[in-house]
Formats: sequence, structure tokens, C-alpha cells
Amino acid sequence: MNRQPWHDLAEAFALPLLALVGSLLLFGVFVWVGGHDPVEVWTLLFVGAFGDAFSWQNTLQRSAPLMLTALTVALPARAGLVVIGGEGALVLGGLACAGLPYLLPSLQGTAGTALLLLAAALAGAAWIALAGALRQFRGVNETISSLLLSYIAIALFKHWVEGGMRDPASLNKPSTLPLADSLRIGGIAGYDVHWGLAWGVLLCLLAAVWLAYTTHGFATRVVGGNARAAKLVGLPANRLIITACALGGAAAGLAGGVEVAAVHASANASLIAGLGYAGILVSFVARHQPLAIIPVAILFGGFGAAGSLLQRRLGLPDASVQVLLGFAFVLILASEALRGRLLPFSFLPQRAPLPTAKVAA
Amino acid sequence: MSTSAVIDVLIGVLGGAIRVGTPFLFVSLGECLTEKSGRINLGLEGVLVFSAMAGFGGAYLTGSPWAGVLLAGCSGALLALLHGLVCSLPRVNDIAMGIALMMLGAGLAFYLGKPLIQPQAPTIPSIALGGWSDSQAVQAALKINALFPIGVALGLAMSWAFMNTRWGLVVRMVGDSSDAARALGTSVSGVRIAATTAGGFIAGLGGASLSLYYPGSWNEGLSSGQGLIAVALVIFARWSPIRCLGAALLFGGAGALGPALQSVGVSGYYYLFNAVPYILTLAILVWTCSPKRSVKGAPMELGVSR
Repeated sequence: MNRQPWHDLAEAFALPLLALVGSLLLFGVFVWVGGHDPVEVWTLLFVGAFGDAFSWQNTLQRSAPLMLTALTVALPARAGLVVIGGEGALVLGGLACAGLPYLLPSLQGTAGTALLLLAAALAGAAWIALAGALRQFRGVNETISSLLLSYIAIALFKHWVEGGMRDPASLNKPSTLPLADSLRIGGIAGYDVHWGLAWGVLLCLLAAVWLAYTTHGFATRVVGGNARAAKLVGLPANRLIITACALGGAAAGLAGGVEVAAVHASANASLIAGLGYAGILVSFVARHQPLAIIPVAILFGGFGAAGSLLQRRLGLPDASVQVLLGFAFVLILASEALRGRLLPFSFLPQRAPLPTAKVAA
Repeated sequence: MSTSAVIDVLIGVLGGAIRVGTPFLFVSLGECLTEKSGRINLGLEGVLVFSAMAGFGGAYLTGSPWAGVLLAGCSGALLALLHGLVCSLPRVNDIAMGIALMMLGAGLAFYLGKPLIQPQAPTIPSIALGGWSDSQAVQAALKINALFPIGVALGLAMSWAFMNTRWGLVVRMVGDSSDAARALGTSVSGVRIAATTAGGFIAGLGGASLSLYYPGSWNEGLSSGQGLIAVALVIFARWSPIRCLGAALLFGGAGALGPALQSVGVSGYYYLFNAVPYILTLAILVWTCSPKRSVKGAPMELGVSR
């Protein structure tokens, strides 16, 4: 049986789904060894993530920052760079968002919120663009430099939040001054889900349109696909790559800004929650496709949301979801190895049929 | 600052460099071995946390800290073996797999280590090297972790082995040219899996140092990213085990500078001093890299240095 065009598409859905089912089975065995009923755990996972309106709200709220931090990895990845410093851009975005009212105390209302989010996006954009620029102009590997920059950003964040910008009223948990109520981002139509989710979905859609339908996005993909070919046709590789990095960084910065304006009200250590690292995995699982990021982020946000239910009902440690996520990510990444072999059902690499020799008559 | 305050800070940094630097030393040696074979393991953070938990559990259950150390090494090796195996599959990205391993290792450690948060386990004995001095501060600073000399010996041994043994040459060959290795009939994947696993064992010893010496207990905030920093540290040391030793002490000392300054009344720049190693590593990268060639000393097959 020969490979058909639809096999690629079917595999793109089947492989991650199979890996996910595998990780749920593995997790079931894991909790069963610990003396819990796996069926009950699976049911609670589903109920806690997607069971009712409340769980859906929790899930969507958790998935919003994941969509944005996943874009931080996906956009530079399409330009050929592996950036893993989303965490740093996120905390700097949060710091910029919480810090702008110190400089402009008269900010208020929707316009003020827009300025805060703009500041957050700019801070994140500058941070990741720096990693891109270091790579293009100095040859410094962007994976390593973005990781280092991320640690530097977290140190700067702590320095300012626990030093110069600290709210004297925040005793146990050093925080910046809380944002004024008019600057905060509220829920969508009376729900707990805040507008950050809309930002996440909108930016994923925009990124997909940008990559698929604009000349600039196409040029970025060419640079990412084959840097030498891009140079030969005269594409400005440096500019395209640094722009992709800046756009990705802006998404992470925005995530930080939204977390501050919608969830925490001020910048504090709760912002450093590994959202940047989770975004890396979401992006890799979505194969750096902005449209695929949306469902993947919702799924993993859902697992996060189900964690507290598992803890409450069964007394499982709160890290149990992290174990499940770990299984899921390892299996999904490993399932890449089966790409091109799952369909048609054959685990052997495809070979062209041998030409038949013509026997002279 | 008066002279005595300066001396206090220096002694504090020296003691801290060894105390904080020991886990750095082990993870960086583990990462160095892994990267020499041409593969990067960003998941050493997960390995470190998991092995710290396993080491603490082992020491608590058996009553012997050295049994804990051994268990920590073995559990680190087990997790790294998973990384080695998965990364050997086609089309698997080792950076993404490293991050996944970080999450899995930390998750497993927090899950299985939940009952270990309260109890006390026997700790690794310390070696007092400060007996020659009358000063309490010097004696306290030179009371060193028994694992530290093991780490130093390991660093020296690895450095010698990379140059002089068949195994060392094979690892370096696989890391520098997989084509050459294949031409000689060496299994590239096999060597990389072995090097990653051995690197995980070494990093696991660093985990034991965290939970069984300093801070000396198991909790979820035990590691503050030492496993991820190891990657920066190895670059800083330009893939030389001997320089890893210096780099680990430098990173440890920089981490100890903040608290030492705080103890003599200088505070306010605590976190910035903690960030000095990263700034230094980045500065060195910017200084030594150029668009035309990769970092000097880097294994040629290593994805992140190309």
C-alpha cells in the first residue's frame, strides 16, 4: 500500500492523540500502583477540566497565558530559531505593566490598560529581540542566550519588586503597588474568564494568517526553512529573524501584562510559575503551528485545572498533574519518531519499489 | 566597609563557594560528559530534583547517607537514560525533550517525595579543614561537604580520561564527528545514550549533595535552577572538566556573595549579585562568539553551538 496525501494530515492528528491516550494509561498505572482507582482518577481529570461551566472557566483561564508563551517559541521557530526564554519575557512584561503607573500615576480607564499592555509587550519584545540580535550579529546561540537572559530578567524582576518598587503594605509576599481598579482587566461577560483569553486566541489567529497569507510571513518561513536559499534570493534575513523574535517576545510580555492586570493585580513572585517553560512544550506539541496552539493550550490548561480536584477528592499530591504532563510531553515528543510510518500501518521505513530489470529476449 | 568586614565577606564567599558550588560541580560535570558526546540535556534540572528526593528517601529509609548518595546517582542515571533513549529516536528534538524531562523529573519528585518533607535524614559527613585556624569563621567556612573532594577527583579523572583513554576518545569522536564514528563502526546512539546516562549519574550525586548536605532537607523549592544553569556553566567552562571546577566555584561564590554582604549590612543588591554568573556567561559568549565560527572548544556535533 502506498502512502497517500491524506496520510500526513491523519497522522498529524492521530500521533498526538495516541500519545495522549498512552500517557493517560501510563498515569492510570502510576496512580494504581499508589493505591488509587485509575477509572476514578480519569473521571475526575475530565470533570475537573471540562466537566461543567466552572471547570471550563478555570481551564480557559489557565490556557490564556500558555497560548501566548507558546507563540514566543513558535514564531522564532518558524524563522529557524529555538528560543526558550519566554519566562524572562513574561516576568519583564509583568514588571513593565505593574511599573508604568509608577511613572505615569494619572493612568486610568481602558486607554490606561491599553498603555500598560503595550508597555508589557514592548518589554517582552525587546528581551527576545535581544537574543535574536545577539545570534544574528554576534553568532551567540539563541537557545542559550535566551535561557541566560531569562535568568537575568528574573533577577531584575526580584530586585525591583523586593526593592525599589515594593509596596510597603505587602509584608509576607513582596509585591508592587496594586493596579488601580479602573486599570484592571475584568471577566468576559460576567464570567471568571478574563479578556486575556481573547488576546491569546486573537494573536494565535493573527499569527496563523501572518505566516500563511502575508508576504512577510512567507519570507520569514523561507528564512526558517533554508537560510541559504533566503540569502540567495536577497531576503533581509537579519531583519526578518529579529522581527519574528520581537513578535514572539511581545506575546510573552503581553502574557505577563495580562497576568498582572487580570489575575494578580500587582507584580509578585506568583508570576514566576513556569508558564514560559510550559509554553515551550505547548509549541513543540503543536509543531509550531499557531492554529494548533489553541487546542493544545486548552488541553494542558485543563489538566492544570483538574489538579486541584484530584487533590481535594482523592488526596493525591498536587504534583500529580505535573507527572501526567511530564508523561504526556515525553510520549508526544517521542511519537514524532513514528511520523511517516503510522500510515499505512507499517513500522518499516517506506522504500521505493525496486525497478524491475528487463530481460533481453 | 572596615577591613574585618571585607575579610568576613571573603571568608563567607569562600565557604559559600564550596557549599553552594558542590551541586553545581556535579551537574556541570554530568552535563559536560553529555555534551562531549554531542547531545545536550536541558533536563538535568529534573534529574537533580528527582535524585535529591531519591537520595533523601534512601538515606532516611536505610539510615546511611552513602546509601542515599548511591540511590540518588542511580535514579539520576535512570531518568537520564530515558532522555538518551528518546533523543535517539529520529526527529526528536533534544531541547524540547530536555524541558519535558525537567517537568517529569520535578513532578515525580514532588509526587513521590510528599511524605519526605517532614522527616530528618542522616546527612553526609563534613570534613573539617579549618583546624589550623583559631577563627570560628574560618573553621565554619572550611568545613566542607565530603562529596566535594569526590567531585574534584572526578573532574580531574574525567579530564585525564577524555585525553588518554579509549573511552574518552570514543566519546569525543562521537561528539565531534558522528560520520567519523560511524566510519569506524562505533554506534553513535549507543555512545550518546551511555554518556547521557553516566552524566545523569554524576548529576544525581549533585542532587544528593542538595538534599543530604546543604540545605540538607527535602522540600519542593530545593533546587533553584542549578540543573538549567549547568548548561550555561559548561559553556562558561568551554567543555573542560577542569574548568568546570573553577566555574562551579565561581558560580557558587557569586551565589554566596549576596548573603555574605547582607551579613555585614550591605543589602539591596542581593538578586543582582545572584545574577552575576549569568551576566558573566553571556558576556563571555558575546565576547568569544562570532558569526563565522562556533564557540571555541565546543563539540562539533552539539546542536546549540553550531
